[in-house]
Amino acid sequence: MKAYGKREAAITDKFSTQEMVLSMGPHHPSTHGVLRLILQTDGEMIVNVTPDVGFLHRGLEKIAEMVPYQSFMPFTDRIDYLSSLNCNLGYAITVERLAGIEVPEKAEYLRVIGAELTRMASHFVGAGALLLDLGAVTPFVHALRERETYNTLIEMLCGARLTHNYVRVGGVSHDLPSGFREEALKFVDHIEHEFIKEFNDLISFNSILINRLKDVGVISREQAIEYTLTGPNLRGSGVKYDTRRDDTYSIYDRFDFDIPAGRGKFGTVGDCYDRYWVRIEEITQSCRIIRQALNQMPENGEVRTKLPKVLKVQEGEIYVRTESPRGQLGFYLMSNGGTRPDRLKIKTGSFSAMTIIELISQGVMVADLVAIIGSLDIVAPEIDR
Amino acid sequence: MDRRELIARLNEILKEALINISEMPNNDILIEINKDEITSVMKTLKEGPSLKFDSLLNHLGADCKEGFAVIYNLYSFTLNQKITVKAYLGREAPEIASIESVFRGINWFERETFDMLGIRFTGHSNLKRLLLPPDWEGHPLRKDYVYPDEYHGIDNKRRSNFR
Amino acid sequence: MIQHNLPDMIYKFLLGISGLSAIPDFLLVTASYLIPSAAVLGFVMFVSGMLTYAERKVSADIQNRIGPNRVGPFGLLQMLADGVKLILKEDIIPDAVDRKLFKLAPYIVFSGTMLAVTVVPFGGPFIVADLNIGLVFIIVVSSLIVVGFLMSGWASNNKWALLGGIRSAAQIISYEIPAALSLFTVVLIAGTFSMQKIVMSQGPYPWDWFIFHNPFTFVAFFIFFISSLAEINRLPFDFPEAESELVSGYNVEYSGMRFALFFLAEFANIFISASIAAAVFLGGGNIGLDPYESGIGFQLVMVLIFFAKVVPLCLVTIWIRWTLPRLRIDQMLSMCWKYFIPMSFACLAMTAIWMLVFNGNGIFWRMNG
Repeated sequence: MKAYGKREAAITDKFSTQEMVLSMGPHHPSTHGVLRLILQTDGEMIVNVTPDVGFLHRGLEKIAEMVPYQSFMPFTDRIDYLSSLNCNLGYAITVERLAGIEVPEKAEYLRVIGAELTRMASHFVGAGALLLDLGAVTPFVHALRERETYNTLIEMLCGARLTHNYVRVGGVSHDLPSGFREEALKFVDHIEHEFIKEFNDLISFNSILINRLKDVGVISREQAIEYTLTGPNLRGSGVKYDTRRDDTYSIYDRFDFDIPAGRGKFGTVGDCYDRYWVRIEEITQSCRIIRQALNQMPENGEVRTKLPKVLKVQEGEIYVRTESPRGQLGFYLMSNGGTRPDRLKIKTGSFSAMTIIELISQGVMVADLVAIIGSLDIVAPEIDR
Repeated sequence: MDRRELIARLNEILKEALINISEMPNNDILIEINKDEITSVMKTLKEGPSLKFDSLLNHLGADCKEGFAVIYNLYSFTLNQKITVKAYLGREAPEIASIESVFRGINWFERETFDMLGIRFTGHSNLKRLLLPPDWEGHPLRKDYVYPDEYHGIDNKRRSNFR
Repeated sequence: MIQHNLPDMIYKFLLGISGLSAIPDFLLVTASYLIPSAAVLGFVMFVSGMLTYAERKVSADIQNRIGPNRVGPFGLLQMLADGVKLILKEDIIPDAVDRKLFKLAPYIVFSGTMLAVTVVPFGGPFIVADLNIGLVFIIVVSSLIVVGFLMSGWASNNKWALLGGIRSAAQIISYEIPAALSLFTVVLIAGTFSMQKIVMSQGPYPWDWFIFHNPFTFVAFFIFFISSLAEINRLPFDFPEAESELVSGYNVEYSGMRFALFFLAEFANIFISASIAAAVFLGGGNIGLDPYESGIGFQLVMVLIFFAKVVPLCLVTIWIRWTLPRLRIDQMLSMCWKYFIPMSFACLAMTAIWMLVFNGNGIFWRMNG
């Protein structure tokens, strides 16, 4: 017995292990843009994660203080390149509410249609990129195929495919082109009745995927609220909260839609699968909103309020939240009565999602960290702004 | 609880810490508080009976006419009410207690505010620059910030100006 | 005892055309071994090139894309373009690597793969060396690959590559066991390790194949096929490479022709594992005639039959690659040690009992007439 113990000790002395520091990023394929995580690992197990952000900091908040109110609109496209229309919308509503600008009814419908189409497209990429990180390339390509149709639709609407700059303070830039309504209805029907089913059959209920995502990266309800998670990440933890319904803006109160929340479909409430599944379900809900909006929308009408070239906004401050695909997009605007904002703070969903990674990725494997980043749907420019 | 009741209740609970209470355009309540009381105010707002402002929506710092300001947006799931908490700091060496002990999620927000405005949060666990490089000089969101012409040999001159 | 094999036949053929005394005998012997080896090497290179084309084309079909269609008709010459690109690329050896091991690793992987080809029966007489330990030889030389992977992972002096190398060691060594055990069920029935004899003891029709011999060989076939996916690092088991986790795993620091060797070995491995499955379980190129004594026309038919079985298996491998997500490494290892190894042991034991109880007869056929 004793001799065995001695040998054991000798072996441990000889082969002592030490923790390894891995630099994941800034050009790692699954960090979704330029993001760096410094991993402290014991073999494949992660001991500690330190995120290092700021590679994409463009000083948007400083730029906002230097340009007139309307001129900042193209910059909001760059907050989140996957859902630029939602960012446009958030900023426009903030300025309109502080300046007391009325928006024509038809413009409100166009805004909602655009925003929901963008939400769908963003969730295609969000869910697809998660699957790509888990090694399933085909579902990602299928999701991008549908996003291509969305790009064509948005191109009909405003002429741009990625950075739309469609929403303007006091309305939208263009009226509906002819044929858009039919094309959009066809797209929505295709997504709701064909694509989602095909996608789920292909991958969502695949047992390998379920085993990879369930019980991984569990965020409890309390943790989610404590760390200011918002949007699908918060709903994935079982909190039925959606800014569109609970702090309504634009004309979202006129539509009938459900708010999907994590129920622990295959594992614990708040695991990666729940967050993934909330996104898939939200695509269907967006389809419902778009269909209602297309049917209710008035045929004729102005799409833009007449405003002076350089807008003057009364003195005051305001905080407006809107629901972007990556969570609450909040704009805190302080005005000193001039033509430029005094201070504009942009609060994004990815920023708070990034803070929680440190907490939930302790003791998981490198492969799980990839799943966690993917399921939180982090977009790097949103963190850095 | 509607907003009028809430304002009355806040007046009653916060007492001396409260400097001013007003309404914002977006149906928000704006309370201005004494900066020395920030931690206790936040604790009261988060845990106080029938308040439960347990969700921190946003935090920012600003360079205003009155000096530096820190602003916290809170939300209560139970009341479905938002509240904005504001505290003014002096212009020289702005400093305020970190509320990390109350809201753990504030960590990165405070780091960003420190990075951009140079407001020091005492008691913060890891007060380092978040977005800018560690050796960057100055705090860009201050109104008196002057752009450096170059950074480690990278030309940084502004070619055009919107003004 | 006259042993039928390909080098002997070539030797006789060379002797016939050269006359008895014109060329020294040892040259003829060397040539009779070199010619089939070179032919097989070239052939396998060609096949793995075609497999890269097939992979790109099939994946494109699965993903509603077009795939390569610019180089040659239907993009068929794409593999030549790829090869030229890889040869012309700069061969980068980073400063911090262990130069000797770094340079050696691709050759070990490549030669481990190519050695396995020597005992693959392509149908008819076309087998380079019909070793009497053929099946064991394949298992042994394919384990050699792991040495190359580990070597490249260590020598690259890159933490991601090291993780990839360690992963491949854990994976290949684990899955070697169920793969070998499930192959041995067939050895119990055929009573030989020689690949050619295993093929010959099956028949031309599906009910003559070893996969349908008894229920346990049926299970063993699937265990072997899945384990071979793990051994050749294909999805859902592509941990050593794991693009999205380990960047590119063990070959992250390689470029140019060294990378091409890894790449070729990977695709040659697909072909080899499909060939083993086809030869051992699916009757190989057996059309019910003697492979050595029948005419050249029949021999070519045998080759065709063999490839008619191999190509679908290759396509299934590619199909799986582009459909499934990746497992996690601990799930993969527990799947191997908890399910596959006990199952393959059970298959082996039950086949042995079956052979005893039913006197060597299968469900559909009788071993001894």
